[in-house]
Amino acid sequence: MTRALGWLAAIGLGAGLVMAFGVAPREATQGNVQRIMYLHVPSVWVAYVAFAVVFVASIVYLARRAERADHVAHASAELGVLFTGLTIATGSIWGKPTWGAWWTWDARLTSVSILFVMYLGYLLLRGMIDEGDRAARYAAVLGVVAALNIPLVHFSVYWWRTLHQPPSLMRPGGSSMPGVIVAALLVNFAAFSLLYLYFLAKRVRLLQLEAEAAA
Amino acid sequence: MAADPLIRVTGLRKAFAGHVVLADVRLEVRAGEAVALLGANGAGKTTLLRILATLTRPSRGTAFVLGHDCARAPERVRPHIGLVAHGAYVYEDLTALENLRFWTALSGLAADGAVLARALAAVELERFAGERVRTFSAGMKRRLSLARFVLSRPRVLLLDEPFAGLDQRAKKWLEGYLEAFKAAGGALVMATHSFGRELALADRIVILAARTIALDTPRASMGAEEIARLYRLHTEDGA
Amino acid sequence: MVRKDLLVERRSKETLNALVFFSLLLLFVFQFTLGPDRERLAAALPGILWLGFVLAGLLGLGRTFVLERENDCWDALLLAPGDKSAIYVGKLAGNVLLMLVVETLLLVLFTFFFNVDLAGALPALALVVALGTLGLAAVGTLFAAMTAQVRARELLFPVLLLPVQVPVLLATVKATEAVLLGEPLSAVAHWLKLLAAADVVYVAAGVLTFDFLLES
Repeated sequence: MTRALGWLAAIGLGAGLVMAFGVAPREATQGNVQRIMYLHVPSVWVAYVAFAVVFVASIVYLARRAERADHVAHASAELGVLFTGLTIATGSIWGKPTWGAWWTWDARLTSVSILFVMYLGYLLLRGMIDEGDRAARYAAVLGVVAALNIPLVHFSVYWWRTLHQPPSLMRPGGSSMPGVIVAALLVNFAAFSLLYLYFLAKRVRLLQLEAEAAA
Repeated sequence: MAADPLIRVTGLRKAFAGHVVLADVRLEVRAGEAVALLGANGAGKTTLLRILATLTRPSRGTAFVLGHDCARAPERVRPHIGLVAHGAYVYEDLTALENLRFWTALSGLAADGAVLARALAAVELERFAGERVRTFSAGMKRRLSLARFVLSRPRVLLLDEPFAGLDQRAKKWLEGYLEAFKAAGGALVMATHSFGRELALADRIVILAARTIALDTPRASMGAEEIARLYRLHTEDGA
Repeated sequence: MVRKDLLVERRSKETLNALVFFSLLLLFVFQFTLGPDRERLAAALPGILWLGFVLAGLLGLGRTFVLERENDCWDALLLAPGDKSAIYVGKLAGNVLLMLVVETLLLVLFTFFFNVDLAGALPALALVVALGTLGLAAVGTLFAAMTAQVRARELLFPVLLLPVQVPVLLATVKATEAVLLGEPLSAVAHWLKLLAAADVVYVAAGVLTFDFLLES
């Protein structure tokens, strides 16, 4: 099952690369730099999915005390941090030629980085507690609070400053992007989602084995 | 129902971060019975008490107090137990009376001034009601922490080295108090690594060694020396 | 709970004394780093005001449960039969009170030493400060319970608290800025609504999850 997921993700990523570099056209205004979007946008999508999973798994853990839920939350938080990190890195690489600076305090970039440090703190907290069930409980509480905080962070940072171009895919009244670009993007969305699931399954399994070895 | 033990522990196991502290522990304590829990430092005595007190969850196995599961229904266990451990659970900057009043408010017990005064009198602290705990001796602090149980009337008392650090007078008083508690149908579990007054009070001797219960025997007429010999035998065998 | 903590605090005056002293020190730090330029000070005022509140808050809130560590009182709290969320609400109320005292002091010090006139904006400012303080204290109290029994808690507490406090920080600074410029509250209604929403979310999360932090 996990292995099949792994192969699917690999195939998806391969197809994504072909779509992004081979099939999708060179974007008129931004040039080749735009192609980083095929990495950037799916990353941020996966990061948000990962944090949503942390939220749900944390609640399940607090309600049922199922160790498995804790492993899922832990693994998903790690992946969320990984993918927000990827989002920030790709955003910054894209920003250099586009805005002329590696970093701008653009609203969406800022709020993603806040999520990044928030969940980095989550992992830090986990690392600093030795007893398994206490780490799980504390982390679950933090996982819930952090997730509830995401919309607040979003709104506040958005009102505070916005330089970013409005999201173009979800804009009501149809997409402004050519179909090929949308298709390339969707392939990458699917590939990244599969990759996330594969990593999650692997990591949960590993955490489970670690817990068994410790008990 | 009356014959059911107040404490029942089966198949208990506890591991902290990969280190097994207790394994396959089995223990029953009946009403009116006092158990002395012997074991070296780090043998898991405190951990066992904390599991019974609902402060720590077992990794495996179950612990029941008055038929309530310590891990699943701690809220049902807590009104029936009293824990006396190293800390006295008192705030140094409050007076004896204030400490007691805070505790009753926290526990949702209705207690007016007269009731609190009587509880303090029961532990012979009435003369110090208005004094800050900072000035108290170890014995007085332990008495103050016992005063709480005069109010909440638990059926089970869990004591960790209850006689450690007390002077002769305080020891004598505590002995009398525990004797009375037992006579009233309460169950006592006293953890100790010294061979002190706990032994004289105990009806049963339980030795914890190598993470599990090495010996569980009635004290009968055994004296301290006999128990010490048994203790050495079992701990060295186990190790 | 509140009464007990206030009583202890009144007797020992530990936290309050330290925070008052700390506020005075902050004043020096701000003065030295910003220089004597009036204009610059006025522009930075909302920011440094909240920076002061947050720094004092980090120190004060982080100590919320220090008191419970003495004589194992933490265990006693857990063992007491009864609703644990009352402990959270009590601690929160105590913290809000403590923070408000320190914040009032900081405001007085600012008006006095930096010669800024806050009197006109006071009612509006009070509202912003109250909303912001509740949000800060609600998460701070919860996280203080979380880090109280963890290694390196002095380090972990701000590391966890600061990113979560970003919305409250942005909202309060922006609202304070507007209020100090003499704008009506309606101009910053969206920020106030955000603050109120944050307060509700944080307090609710605290009440609901506190129980899980207490057991050990």
